[in-house]
Amino acid sequence: MEGSQREGDADGNIRTSIVVAAAKNLLSKLFRLKHYVMQIVPPRRDRAAARSGDKAGSPREDIMRKRLFATIAFTALTAMTAVSGLLSGAAQAADPIKVGAIVSATGPASFLGDPEKKVLELYADRINKAGGVDGRQVQLTVYDDGGAADKAASFTKRLIESDGVDVIVGGTTTAATMAAVPLVERAGVPFISLAGAVVIVEPVKKWVFKTPHTDRMAAEKVMEDMKKRGLTKLALLSEDSGFGKSGREQTVAVAKERGIELVADETYGAKDTDVTAQLTKIKNNAAAQAVLVFGLGQGPAVVTKNYRQLGISLPIYQSHGVASKEFIRLAGGAAEGVRLPAAGLVVAAQLPDSDPQKKVVTEFTKVYEDSFNTEVSTFAGHAYDGLMIALDAVKRAGGTDKAKLRDAIEQTKGYVGTGGTVTMSAKDHMGLTLDAFHMVEVKQGDWALVK
Amino acid sequence: MNALLHGRLTGLLALGAVIAILPAFLPNNFYLDIAILAGFNAVVCVGLNLLIGYAGQISLGHAGFFGIGAYASGVLVGTYGWPPVLALLAGAAFVGLMAFLVAKPILRLKGHYLAMATLGIGIIVSIVLRTESGLTGGPDGMMVEPFRIFGVELYGEKVWYWVVGVLLLGVVWLSLNLIDSPMGRALRAVHGSEVAAEVVGVDTARFKVLVFVLSAVFASVAGSLFAHYAGLITPAKADFFKSIELVTMVVFGGMASTFGAVVGAVVLTLLPQALTVFQDYQQIVLGGILMATMVFMPKGLLPTLAALIPARRRA
Repeated sequence: MEGSQREGDADGNIRTSIVVAAAKNLLSKLFRLKHYVMQIVPPRRDRAAARSGDKAGSPREDIMRKRLFATIAFTALTAMTAVSGLLSGAAQAADPIKVGAIVSATGPASFLGDPEKKVLELYADRINKAGGVDGRQVQLTVYDDGGAADKAASFTKRLIESDGVDVIVGGTTTAATMAAVPLVERAGVPFISLAGAVVIVEPVKKWVFKTPHTDRMAAEKVMEDMKKRGLTKLALLSEDSGFGKSGREQTVAVAKERGIELVADETYGAKDTDVTAQLTKIKNNAAAQAVLVFGLGQGPAVVTKNYRQLGISLPIYQSHGVASKEFIRLAGGAAEGVRLPAAGLVVAAQLPDSDPQKKVVTEFTKVYEDSFNTEVSTFAGHAYDGLMIALDAVKRAGGTDKAKLRDAIEQTKGYVGTGGTVTMSAKDHMGLTLDAFHMVEVKQGDWALVK
Repeated sequence: MNALLHGRLTGLLALGAVIAILPAFLPNNFYLDIAILAGFNAVVCVGLNLLIGYAGQISLGHAGFFGIGAYASGVLVGTYGWPPVLALLAGAAFVGLMAFLVAKPILRLKGHYLAMATLGIGIIVSIVLRTESGLTGGPDGMMVEPFRIFGVELYGEKVWYWVVGVLLLGVVWLSLNLIDSPMGRALRAVHGSEVAAEVVGVDTARFKVLVFVLSAVFASVAGSLFAHYAGLITPAKADFFKSIELVTMVVFGGMASTFGAVVGAVVLTLLPQALTVFQDYQQIVLGGILMATMVFMPKGLLPTLAALIPARRRA
């Protein structure tokens, strides 16, 4: 199904979905009514028990009440199904769709995770106000892993075991994602990661998907740009985080393929506050023609500052792990002239009108900036894409059966999101191509599209 | 009260009973997971309590020993394909040897030199784990294979709960026996007054070294098993703050009380989980609870509560 077709379908479905929504609204009210009635007027046996001080209710009474409501619910359901006649997920109409999320809203990756959290909450709210998905409300549970992989693992366990979520969005960082992967694979819960490294989806894991472009694509994009500028000798400075390590491996591999020579291969720590030692080595390396920094969050901002302090004049590239205004702010004036590959979202206004993403990203940017009064970042977009792909799959799967939901996510075709046009397959659990990745440069504190 | 606290068997039976019936009250695996974590912490704390409560020495590096045990299992099993039991024993032996080499010269000195030395060890271990990323996976940690013994793979909270339960009972039994042995009496004498103990012929240094090595080995074994259970270990499990947390558990629960150490470990593992309802104020509330406990119950939770019982009876 192509993007335009899908929109057509959605229009066609509106009439039926209005009827369905009304019926479901009624049903959910019925359930709520049941709840209130039971609170205000406890059944006789309960009242007697309360008086005598015995708190245990009668199980038989309970069962009878349950049966009564089950009958009512069943009748309503049958009526509703007859009205809609289309919706297989109707039986679950009253249950919310449980979406779990793990993001790094605090810690060194907070400028990635914080917008992700905000966007998930914002859109879950908006969708619920608009009537939910197929009449079902979205129930979002967000945990903050603080950038620690072990916390991400324990929160994943909590989401699966205690919260019983239908789908998990998140893992801001590659490390958090990889910590969650064995757990979701064992439990069989669809998982859409918001992290960058290619190791997340290669080799393909049955239950694991991701929304951002990979580190491999970032390396390819950077080297493509280097070639255009006639540069062939690259100095690499990578972070010791999961993303940085994977990025380093990919850079080494891509450099070989593209005939770029790696003349330096340094690393820095994600929480380092000074990287001048490594940069001095690179500065003194006469062969280097350009520098690529592979990291995410606050680390690369420190590197960029040190880079300018040392007065290194070589062109500097960053990865898509810093595609946020927060990076420009943290690095101060030092970010001027830094080039990096990023999704179209950050340069929404500069995209040509013919770009399929133009409409989506402009709209998303407006909603985000109106709601939070700060500039949009690609990470906010990753979270938006993750949530939308998941909910779109719920619609197509006709419910939240985990296996069907997984299949539906894998069959995502032509979804136009903030990261690009997503078409997944059994072999590709990301579904993005290089086209939607744009080389941008920091100019006067803003992103500028490199042509 | 004395019968309850010092009756070795009574306490052990009570602990066994609690461990046995607890799963019936835990609604799902997530709660079981917290119980398991509390169990691991309790094992380390029981060992640490021997050192703090009986030998009167503070270790600020026990998380380091825990970490070495965890990474020994992770690396030896995962990278070199050792059988898990062998890796666990190798880790424990290495930690024991290291503790011995460190403690031997230092414990001849009086005062808190051991605290300084262990502080150093803990920090060095954590730095090595962070930076030797080729071996340890760096700050993001490494995956650990499941525990296999006699061809059976231990997996899942339900299995591990019993493993940890039995381990905890074993460790508690061992330390209770130790405390009531001549060695335990010697240790208490050392804690009371080192000079007096020496005068009556106690080889104070030897006992202190022994108990330090023993508590380090407990931590290492707990670390190894934890690594297999969690499936993922990070250097955060071995850093300085984790060591402080362990010492806090012992002091909070009640020094020189084996069951106090267990209670302290359990309460301080549960509190942060229970306090997530306070969200941003979680740390403040936790700090407040700790301060209040230390101000109003300077002996620690369990001894203070135990002292309350006969007082009421008399009244």
